[in-house]
Amino acid sequence: MKEELLKRVVKGPDGVEFEVEPLRDYYCEAPPAVHPPVYAKIVEDLFNWARSQSIWILGFGTGCGAIEMRPLMTPRFDAYRYGIQWRPTPRQANLLVISGYLSVKTLKRAIRAYEQMQNPKYVVGLGSCTINGGMYWDSYNTIKRLDDYLPVDLYITGCMPRPEALLAGFEDLKKLIRAGKAEGANQYAENFDWYKTNQKRVIHDWDMPDYNW
Amino acid sequence: MTFDWMKIPYALLTLFIVFNFGLLLTAFIAKIGARAGRRHGIPIWQNYIDLIKNYGQRSSITHGVMFYLGPVFRLTGGVGLLLFVPTIYGSEMFSNLSFAGDLILALYFVFFGTLGMALGAGESGHPHAAIGITRGLAQVTAAELPLALAVFAVALQYQTLSVTEIVAAQQGGMMNWTMFTNPLAVAAAMLAFLGSMMRPPFDVVLAPQEIPIGPPTEYHSAYLALMQTNRAIFPIAKIVIYMNLFFGGATSWPEFAVKVFLIYLFSAFVGVCFPRFRVEQSIRWFLIWAVPLGVLSILWV
Amino acid sequence: MRELHTRLKQLFPLGELTEQRPDLAFVTVPAAFLRPTLLHLRDREGFTHLVLLTAVDWLEEGQFQLTYLLTNRHAATTLGLRVMLPREDARMESIHEVWPTAATYQRELREMFGIDFPGSPRLHEEFILEGWNDIPPYRRDFDTLKYARESYNERPGRETHDPATHMKQKLYPGGA
Repeated sequence: MKEELLKRVVKGPDGVEFEVEPLRDYYCEAPPAVHPPVYAKIVEDLFNWARSQSIWILGFGTGCGAIEMRPLMTPRFDAYRYGIQWRPTPRQANLLVISGYLSVKTLKRAIRAYEQMQNPKYVVGLGSCTINGGMYWDSYNTIKRLDDYLPVDLYITGCMPRPEALLAGFEDLKKLIRAGKAEGANQYAENFDWYKTNQKRVIHDWDMPDYNW
Repeated sequence: MTFDWMKIPYALLTLFIVFNFGLLLTAFIAKIGARAGRRHGIPIWQNYIDLIKNYGQRSSITHGVMFYLGPVFRLTGGVGLLLFVPTIYGSEMFSNLSFAGDLILALYFVFFGTLGMALGAGESGHPHAAIGITRGLAQVTAAELPLALAVFAVALQYQTLSVTEIVAAQQGGMMNWTMFTNPLAVAAAMLAFLGSMMRPPFDVVLAPQEIPIGPPTEYHSAYLALMQTNRAIFPIAKIVIYMNLFFGGATSWPEFAVKVFLIYLFSAFVGVCFPRFRVEQSIRWFLIWAVPLGVLSILWV
Repeated sequence: MRELHTRLKQLFPLGELTEQRPDLAFVTVPAAFLRPTLLHLRDREGFTHLVLLTAVDWLEEGQFQLTYLLTNRHAATTLGLRVMLPREDARMESIHEVWPTAATYQRELREMFGIDFPGSPRLHEEFILEGWNDIPPYRRDFDTLKYARESYNERPGRETHDPATHMKQKLYPGGA
């Protein structure tokens, strides 16, 4: 663990000594809660429809697949037509696209980004690498099954999938959301211990709280 | 003093109309921007869907009381601005709660939301929010300067602080508009308008492509939805002021729609033509180009 | 290139010149003479650019080979200096004062091969790997496949095809 994250005593500018524990100061430790659909069916249907038509993607590229997302914003493919937009902050995003292979180091960041997103949230795995390791199946530093670590709603196959495949994948995701089947956030909260065990098995220097809000 | 209670439902009706108009207009302007980039752009009803979705998010996190109040203040700024200026001149229904000194109040409300956001975003504790709000305040202050000068020029010109009376003085043909009777003030105000609309070239504060997205970094779910609501109302309310002060006001809803659209289009037009300024560049730009115009406009009067 | 080599050879005990292209050649330098050679090349011969610093693991010989690739921008020639190190307790003089960028390469080599560069800044900070708990992964005695199998869950049902046979069968199903 890095030195600046350790629990220590700090002397303030006014001479008062106090104890800081960065891991507890910066983050909340409350485990994720299950948020079941609570409203009447017709309201939930409306919300699900709105969620499916307004997918905000977190602009976080993990591997080479990130390069396939860029053409989606530009005139050739223009995903904005389908209500798909990119948000720069996890707080406002609904969809985390794991675009390609995930090294252990990136997995850590992906988990933190995912946990900061608000329920309901979706994960799409892009390319063979997220499914079974793809061409990095024998690498010393990349995970091979994304769904062991994050609840994946949809995989898009290919190495790499073309932007057309991504658009088709997003349309499939919309169908899942409309049908109310994309409950990854609740799944994550229910099987929280299992996910954490898997994550900690590969991330050896676990220097963050178990749940980053 | 008697208060006509019927004014309240009428004002709410104005608010409702302006809200929907704002949602559609911002989407329409976004579509125009997209077309300029040879894209199709978002569907025209996309803003409604985003709003429903954000209100429908199941979880949200608070960072403290001011974090709650930030979007509320911002919305208050937009709604207050709209409520205290006459939207449609000469209409009993849509002149809202305007009164004798409402011009000063309007100037205050333009700034109010930004200040509220500063407190709220500051409480979120995110460094990007703090950077964003610093940039935002610096830029809005620089843009506010020519606007205030122009507004003073107009108030001096018509010898009143009431928006209604200023509009009344401009009736009777286009040549009576402030745009032609005091072009310098209008020019200064329109330059300030560019700066306060958060569109390029002055959108470095909020632009999602910037590494810090700015003040709303930490806002999500219903908070963000509140801010989106404001983002529909506030520009329209601001344009209403501009319309009243400089472009002769509007006597009917169609005239209102056309004038607001054209004023909005001006900022969108500049936005697609020019690249983004950095904050220090934009402040310098305001001080060099817009402020002297404002000073000249006062001297002109 | 040849005349450069002749000139250098009068000053330093260099090995034979291996010319790969007219503008690319390699030469072996004893570890103790690396630094004066680099300084001479940089200041007198115009090789101002350190392109890269990398290592090769010669497991059978029990040696690491460090390669310092230098470029002379004006003459458009590239010269590689090879340094052979004993593999056990590998250690090399740091050149971060000569080229500050070398510090990053040295950090990487320290992490991936376990070669020590005493005095190099931030040498012991993690560079790419976080929380690595095995022998450095680029060493050839590190069994990557075994490590990957043990560490990361596999999804059953993965098949591997040889591309050549696969395409042959697909294009010529009859076997012609």
